[in-house]
Amino acid sequence: MSQDIRVKKGLTIKLKGQAALTTAASSRSAFYAIKPTDFHGITPKLAVKAGEEVLVGDVVFFSKGNDRIKFTSPVSGIVKEVKRGAKRKVLAIIIEAKSEDQFKDFGAANPLNLDKEAVLEKILESGSFAYVKQRPYDVVADPADSPKAIFVSSFDTAPLGPDYAYALKGKEEAFQAGINALSKLTEGAVNLAVDGSEASFFSKIENANILNVYGKHPAGNVGTQIAATNPVNQGDKVWTVSPQGVAVIGELFLTGNYNALKVVALVGSQVNNPQYHVLAAGQNIKEVVTQNAIVEGSRVISGNVLTGTQIELDDFLGFYDNVITIIPEGKEYRFFGWLPFVGSGSIHSNSKTSFAWLNSSKEYELTTSTNGEDRALVVTGEMEKVVPLDIYPMQLLKACIANDIEKMENLGIYEVAPEDFALVDYTNTSKLEAQDIIRKGLDLMIKEVG
Amino acid sequence: MDFLRKKFDEIRKPFNKGGKLEKFAPAINSIDTLLFVPKHNTSKGAHIRDGVDLKRVMVTVIFALLPAMFFGMYNLGYQHFSQLGESTAFIDCIIFGAWKFLPMLLVSYGVGLAIEIAFAIYNQHEVNEGYLVSGMLIPLIMPVDFPLWMLAVSVVFAVFIGKEAFGGTGMNIFNPALIARAFAFFSYAPQMSGDKVWVADASTIDAVSGETILGQLAAGTEPGWSVMDMFLGFIPGSVGETSVLAILIGAAVLIFTGVGSWKIITGTFVGGAVMALIFNTLGVNDLMNFPWWQHLLVGGFAFGAVFMATDPVSGAQTEKGKWIYGILIGFFAILIRVFNGAYPEGMMMAILLMNVFAPTIDHYVIAGNIKKRKNRLKAA
Repeated sequence: MSQDIRVKKGLTIKLKGQAALTTAASSRSAFYAIKPTDFHGITPKLAVKAGEEVLVGDVVFFSKGNDRIKFTSPVSGIVKEVKRGAKRKVLAIIIEAKSEDQFKDFGAANPLNLDKEAVLEKILESGSFAYVKQRPYDVVADPADSPKAIFVSSFDTAPLGPDYAYALKGKEEAFQAGINALSKLTEGAVNLAVDGSEASFFSKIENANILNVYGKHPAGNVGTQIAATNPVNQGDKVWTVSPQGVAVIGELFLTGNYNALKVVALVGSQVNNPQYHVLAAGQNIKEVVTQNAIVEGSRVISGNVLTGTQIELDDFLGFYDNVITIIPEGKEYRFFGWLPFVGSGSIHSNSKTSFAWLNSSKEYELTTSTNGEDRALVVTGEMEKVVPLDIYPMQLLKACIANDIEKMENLGIYEVAPEDFALVDYTNTSKLEAQDIIRKGLDLMIKEVG
Repeated sequence: MDFLRKKFDEIRKPFNKGGKLEKFAPAINSIDTLLFVPKHNTSKGAHIRDGVDLKRVMVTVIFALLPAMFFGMYNLGYQHFSQLGESTAFIDCIIFGAWKFLPMLLVSYGVGLAIEIAFAIYNQHEVNEGYLVSGMLIPLIMPVDFPLWMLAVSVVFAVFIGKEAFGGTGMNIFNPALIARAFAFFSYAPQMSGDKVWVADASTIDAVSGETILGQLAAGTEPGWSVMDMFLGFIPGSVGETSVLAILIGAAVLIFTGVGSWKIITGTFVGGAVMALIFNTLGVNDLMNFPWWQHLLVGGFAFGAVFMATDPVSGAQTEKGKWIYGILIGFFAILIRVFNGAYPEGMMMAILLMNVFAPTIDHYVIAGNIKKRKNRLKAA
């Protein structure tokens, strides 16, 4: 079964530093961490203390709201430190790695022979349920829910996004097993979105409804695909899993182990030889970054340039991130830089007040400059050009700013996640922080509506 | 530019945080950001940002206005000298026009920006660029000999009541430039209407007639201008409104860059044409019989459609709404023009009227989207 989706609105930003399809020799780091801040809305209840020994797959903390949701260690070693911030908020549980990984055995099984509860229990026990997120709200799903569908997007259209067909090479079987397991968890279908313009093993996956998606970014976002095929209504639950997450779940059923290793792209104009590296979720990235990139005057982002998180050099790969992007910080004053068409050669713009459109195949070397100051909302119609959902983005943002819950519901807050507004962040003239506004709006909905 | 930057950093020191003049930072910031795009970096959300900013958008509108402005200055001199029977050498005309127009522009910018900066300091936010466009539009839609002090009062009213009272740039309900004009129109009617104001010195020199085409039509006399004059702009009128050609060049700039909505512009012309056609078929008086396409060439119709109706803040904000908004503006402009005996022009009133209804139009357009969502929920 397959279905075509054509995404007309949006914007693909081409940046310098796309990863070549090669993988560097892997190396272990001395430290790994699991960061509760990666899981929005989860308050951690610690299961380990400093000095305790953990295997790969041992529980590090639970969700305080739901102790069935467990978060497990990506590495075997000794808990070194629980790093806390303001109000004793747990920021990271840091684990000093041993030289060799020992895996906790969850038992191999064929998910197609198990019932829903058994599949769910195994995923929950291993900690890989954290890969299962839900719409609305874009948070870790509730295992008690019965989602109307599950969506997996097998391709990334964000700037410098990784090629999952390459990153998951050799894990095709695990991916299929993961899809089989997920198909047990929903009454509806597992929808696997594949890049319609490029052939890959994903189109041959069974037990899934294949969506052939064509078009510009955000065609690869699950939010776009859900909206085009099975929009989230009030009260609905739709689950989404990243392709790497599907492979982790699949491997769990094939081998009985929770394997946090993934092939991650190291990209960006500051990277000397952009390619793929084998890293575990939560691995310290200092070594791999300093060896491969210009660090001075750069920003290290765990994730892509639109939705990623800025991290320190001596920090850890985010749980959900499959790419590390390194771009230069903007540090220049631009004399009369606001004049139309000035700087068209080096600064990309989706607006025709720049000549950037003449050069649509150019790979830009963009910095973190905001290219202007924040201003009142004046220009209209520009957000609609990059949001392919059937919503009114500016009106929804205004409703979120005003904390008007009824209006937010009416305008489709259940259908959106911050990442769906990443291009609004990028293109809007007023330099509005759209993703932040949507995140706060969703948090308000969780608090007031649940 | 490093030298200039260093020099400026020195000058602005007392305005920085902890400095003596810290309170006045918005004033110095407005000059600073005019000279340099600041080196601000992203702190949350997307890590990279588009090259466009509000300054660039506003300056694009100003570029689009330049042809109309320069032709307007030339036409000021041309109308004056040709009616006196004197030579209309290009250079004489443009110098005369500049002599008349530049003081108006200076007063408009000076008074308006001073208020904007004062409000920015009072509210401790940055100066928004909205007035860069309003400040240029206001003198372009005034008659040439409009006394400067009246212009200044109109600007004060527009910025205070029309804009800042609603919360400043982005919040205003009415187009600020049209508020200035409406204020002037109702407060200083003798200087804003009639047959003595549309050509320089018409009120003091008998040989000069300051009558517009619409004025002549309303009075029942045959207008003495060719269609080519109307299109190119060699007719009396407000400073910037006469040349349809120059305005269309501006429209091309706005539409190409995407800064002005082509839907509003097209909608306005379509609405105006339809209404004028209806009047043509009825044909009771001279204004009604005036050919429909010539209606679109004279008065402030083209200028209003291209530069006034397209104000994104006071206009409709949804894409469907922009069509409805534009069409209704054109519709009402001709309707008011034909039926308003005292003052034969309707563009200003039509746009201000539709400014009031723009949120209503958007409300119903968005209600359609909400309804779709609710129906989906019911079906599920």
